[in-house]
Amino acid sequence: MVDSKQQWKAWLYLSPAIVLLLVFTAWPIINTLRMAFLENYSGLQEIGGATFNFGIGNFLTVIKYKKFLQCLSNTVGLCITTVPISTILALLIAVALNSIKPLQKILQTIFFLPYVTNSIAIGMVFAAMFNIIGLRPGGGYADTWGIINLAIQAFGGEPINWINAGSNYGPNIIVMIVYIVWNALPFKILVLLGGLQSINKQYYDAAKVDSTSRTRVFARITVPLLSPMLAYVIITGFIGGFKEYSSIIGIFGENMGPAHDAGRLNTMVGFVYDALERDFQGRASAAALILFGIILLVTLFNNHVIKRFTHY
Amino acid sequence: MKVVLQNLTKVFPSRDKKSGKEVVAVNDFTFEIPDGKLIGLLGPSGCGKSTTLYMISGLQKPTGGKIFFGEDDVTELTTENRGIGLVFQNYALYPHMTVKQNILFPLQNLKGEDKMSKAEMLERAHWAAKLVQIDDLMDRKPSEMSGGQQQRVAIARALVKMPRVLLLDEPLSNLDARLRLQTREEIRRIQRETGITTIFVTHDQEEAMSISDMIVVMKLGVVQQTGKPQEVYDNPTNLFVAKFLGTPPINVFAGSVKGGKLYLGKDAVLNVPGVADQEVHVGIRPEGFELDPNGPMICNLNSIEVMGRDSSVVSTHDASQNPVVRSIIDADNKVEEGAKTVRFSLKPHKVFLFHKETEERIYFEVK
Repeated sequence: MVDSKQQWKAWLYLSPAIVLLLVFTAWPIINTLRMAFLENYSGLQEIGGATFNFGIGNFLTVIKYKKFLQCLSNTVGLCITTVPISTILALLIAVALNSIKPLQKILQTIFFLPYVTNSIAIGMVFAAMFNIIGLRPGGGYADTWGIINLAIQAFGGEPINWINAGSNYGPNIIVMIVYIVWNALPFKILVLLGGLQSINKQYYDAAKVDSTSRTRVFARITVPLLSPMLAYVIITGFIGGFKEYSSIIGIFGENMGPAHDAGRLNTMVGFVYDALERDFQGRASAAALILFGIILLVTLFNNHVIKRFTHY
Repeated sequence: MKVVLQNLTKVFPSRDKKSGKEVVAVNDFTFEIPDGKLIGLLGPSGCGKSTTLYMISGLQKPTGGKIFFGEDDVTELTTENRGIGLVFQNYALYPHMTVKQNILFPLQNLKGEDKMSKAEMLERAHWAAKLVQIDDLMDRKPSEMSGGQQQRVAIARALVKMPRVLLLDEPLSNLDARLRLQTREEIRRIQRETGITTIFVTHDQEEAMSISDMIVVMKLGVVQQTGKPQEVYDNPTNLFVAKFLGTPPINVFAGSVKGGKLYLGKDAVLNVPGVADQEVHVGIRPEGFELDPNGPMICNLNSIEVMGRDSSVVSTHDASQNPVVRSIIDADNKVEEGAKTVRFSLKPHKVFLFHKETEERIYFEVK
């Protein structure tokens, strides 16, 4: 135990962090709670001298809002597709990377590159790849296709309107899934590769002695021994997935959807931003709390499920 | 299944590219392990004993030489196809599986003709678990068991598929002293009951001596001596083997032979007929000393450690290469209290002479 005379020193050393946490984490959380439960709260109106009644009106408004339901379904839809896809892909890539010796470092770097690249920039590149409209050298629009459509045509398919005006929801969401998965891979690969490399090689030797087939080694030894890492990747994947926002901006810009249907791909976080922009802090806070509640529930559920499948 | 090693050699390429010095881990090892015997590969760390074991297992490829199981040349065979059981030093039990799942695992891998039904597998797993006396722990995870219990599970897992050869890598090194004694008896018993040719690696000479049918003493990749433990102990071929075997260790002196007599310092301590005059290393086993008031060997007495059945006399001698000379004598023989010196006569068959440079044994006639 720390001597009581010494305790003030401990507090002194901790104080910078504590002050920052109080100002930038604790107070905003408390303030969010306050704003969420004040009917139709608006910061500007409060400055102007308005008072607000206590109530759950903000939550009711948010839930009844049609756009909110769309944001929710977009977010959930992207989450439950991208997290499993990216986790499985990352697992396969990590195992493959781990089993090759030459070029391992170079490939590792290549796979990690997306992680250090700005996601808006990546989004713009993806948008260009899926685009159907280009600029003519002399000026004016031309029907040049993005590389994806060129590839589809090369294999004899019909080009698809992925993201431009007049595109359908299906192609939109496919582009988002591809982009989010690609963006999520590097971190997952890194974590899983680290996990793989910390597995004791002797388990594999033991499996060899017991004449174990490769698929069985993967299913019965690699995956179970990697399960704590997989659990981590899945849980953080869902948490990140529910906060999806900048990826939509990256592809579709602030429209959050193709030109003819702005907001079609909006997400929960996008909804919060929109409400803030229009000075509805009460509604934004309520939506943020709902999002928090959903993430909490999903994480608890994940934890519960994962506990049954992880070892140690 | 007898195991034959023919000119087995393993060279590890140098890690340091500049110096380019290769490491010869095992050098030209030729040995035939008779069917159904327990063999101890013995030597200090870095002597190549584990490398030899891993070459027999197939986990490491020999640089040269051949390995036969019975009449089959298995040198090119992968580990999967050799039909061996291997117990790793730290057991390598799958941590996420129960004891039962661990033991069943090798059986579930069997293919083709060897494929077993679920009931057969369970029966076999229970047989293996009973053999190592862990049949009441089948639903535990490895982390919920003691080192000794884990060790047993590892042996059961290696035995359950009835391997042609059982290999054990330092099987007792992770156990405490008491458990070690018990487990080595267990290994002996299990080996006798199953009759599977078993090779184990150890750096502990006592362990190897106590349970092996034969021991192989290695040093720096080269086999020094092979034989029954007692024979090797009684008749070491060189100074290294003499020093390596025996607790307490052999006492080594700088001596010389003149006119058929062995001199330690100025005193002639033993007749060594047939040995040419030369400087020698002299090894005397602790039990090779006899208290004798008129004995030719005079040591300065340090202390006497009484151990019940016998006593250990700790003394010093100018010619000794060790700090102290340790001799074990019958507890009935009393050393005079307050004595400054103690006199011994020597048992000729417990005294070994070694060449000054080559450290090879020089034999003399024992009357």
